[in-house]
Amino acid sequence: MSDRYVWLALFLLGCYHGLNPGMGWLFAVALGFQEKRASAVLRAIVPLTLGHVVSVASIVVVATFADAEFPHNAVHYTAAAVLIGFGVYRLVRARHIRWVGMRVGFWGLVLWGFLMSSAHGAGLMLLPFVTSAHASAPSMPMPGVAHGPYAVAWLMVAVHTLGYLLTTTGVALLVYTKVGVRFLRVGWLNLDLVWAIALILTGLIALLT
Amino acid sequence: MQLKPDPTFYASPKDAMKAPPEALAYVALLSATGNGVPDRLAVVDTDPSSPRYATEVGGVDLPNTGDELHHFGWNACSAALCPFAPHPHVERRYLIVPGLRSSRIYVIDTKPNPAQPRITKIIEPEEIIAKAGYTRPHTVHCGPDAIYVSALGNAEGDGPGGIFKLDCDTFDVIGPWEVDRGPQYLAYDFWWHLTHDALISSEWGTPKMLENGLNAEMLLAGKYGHQLHFWDLRTRKHKQSIDLGPEQQMVLELRPSHDPANTYGFAGVVVSLKDLSSSIWLWHRKNGEWAAQKVIEIPAEPADPAQLPDLLKGFSAVPPLLSDIDLSVDDRYLYASCWGTGEMRQYDVSDPFHPELVGSVHIGGIARRAPHPAKPDKALAGGPQMVEVSRDGKRVYFTNSLYRAWDDQFYPDGVKSWMVKLDVAGDGVMSFDKKFYFESADAHRVHQVRLAGGDASSDSYCYS
Repeated sequence: MSDRYVWLALFLLGCYHGLNPGMGWLFAVALGFQEKRASAVLRAIVPLTLGHVVSVASIVVVATFADAEFPHNAVHYTAAAVLIGFGVYRLVRARHIRWVGMRVGFWGLVLWGFLMSSAHGAGLMLLPFVTSAHASAPSMPMPGVAHGPYAVAWLMVAVHTLGYLLTTTGVALLVYTKVGVRFLRVGWLNLDLVWAIALILTGLIALLT
Repeated sequence: MQLKPDPTFYASPKDAMKAPPEALAYVALLSATGNGVPDRLAVVDTDPSSPRYATEVGGVDLPNTGDELHHFGWNACSAALCPFAPHPHVERRYLIVPGLRSSRIYVIDTKPNPAQPRITKIIEPEEIIAKAGYTRPHTVHCGPDAIYVSALGNAEGDGPGGIFKLDCDTFDVIGPWEVDRGPQYLAYDFWWHLTHDALISSEWGTPKMLENGLNAEMLLAGKYGHQLHFWDLRTRKHKQSIDLGPEQQMVLELRPSHDPANTYGFAGVVVSLKDLSSSIWLWHRKNGEWAAQKVIEIPAEPADPAQLPDLLKGFSAVPPLLSDIDLSVDDRYLYASCWGTGEMRQYDVSDPFHPELVGSVHIGGIARRAPHPAKPDKALAGGPQMVEVSRDGKRVYFTNSLYRAWDDQFYPDGVKSWMVKLDVAGDGVMSFDKKFYFESADAHRVHQVRLAGGDASSDSYCYS
């Protein structure tokens, strides 16, 4: 995979995460309806995004650390195995988060976003990019950006987050202002199923590359 | 696993009202005598174009006797669309049917054939006692994170009663719901303002106070429940009690506004010791605190003692005995079942603080014995009791049996059981559907009705 496509893929992965109603935008829309103003939608997206970033970044940083300290192949194949294993787990045992309550403050939303992203293995999906990027580290960074594996890792998180933030905000505002919640009954596809399959496929691709 | 949400999950009350009319009703049939005849969950045809309209088209006999079916509910409903615990790809499929006397819970599958439900799991009382410490399961509500069930008492038949949870997927008993119950001791109904993290519970009595019939001594001493309890749904802690007054005996059904933006609801009180009246109270939130006030009073009606059962002879009056209330999904009409006087009342509660009586029909009643238009010459026993309103608010179904031991006290010559339906016209005027008169076999009495696809007392919504 050429470098340019890696960044594009990371961005699109962010969009994909942002598209999932269970990953943030739906909560933001509901809070908007409760307060009857669009600013409440936007206000909720900040902590939700923060929660997502913390979840994704922790995986990426741990993987970067592992890749720096341990043989590359071992880390790469472990990452692939974790992905496939987690995907199968999600397929077999798709439990939803038990979070009772809508009256949550800023940090409550951060925690909720973190738990939802972690339970879905959002950060895991970035693993193959982390390990493949570090294998070709010298050529990876964008021009003019500091080198070193951690700088690359943070840049990856940033590009991913941008995709997530743009999509979540766009979908939340669209549903809040135009589409309405009736859409949920017909349009809320079971992304969890697609999600589990995506985790497994990502793992398989990582294994083969 | 479903690819799309169940089509019977509705994001908002408005959404629910647009859904197609119910084709079937599930009706709890309890054994009339209790000796050897098992209870039954019946399926009644509610499609007016069907040749079998208003008749029993299927059902399932329970494998045990002595359960006493009462209230029941769905495994999943519109709350599955709530954003904080989303799991919309489950199905509204299983009815969770408790035996109020046996403390056994049946999980009944309504698929693949909704007219021929089948029992898929039986939760024995031992499991509920061991894991939750409760018995006599009553109200079932599908929550965003679990199935919530209220229970009247403990293993010995005393208090406290409370709420326990069932796992949405396995139907295993998770445990008691309360973290801190505060002063709450008696239990009965509960519901919530889901998006405000508030739960409200009401009070009837402990199993020992109920199971041998209404205890007149305890009633006159004001020992039955007269409080409302408000809880934090997230922390599961008791927040506030409101005492409606010791003379307000038996605070039963709770009907919160369906619109998740609102924080008010209605609670029905069976009888006042002062004048035998029934009343409906409005709870609402004011500056972060809960308050309640009486908004409806239904007076007792004078009657010839010769027409009255022993319990009431001395009063020469029939109490309304308000046993159930139901709020239409648009929060416009409140229906009130006067089981004693044989009257179904309809209030316009557009302004919840000032309800207006806009409709009334008579059927049955302790003294009145009013007939149904389908059989104008037949005096009917029992009175309007469990009432269910269709999603669109155009049809109202109700049955006539309260609780076996209590039926026999107030209708000593027997409660021959029936289920009827009212049509509500566009302008809100209600009238009996002359084609809908369902009579159960003598061995059974009819209690709660649940409409296929959800009804006015089964779903809670997270979006306005």
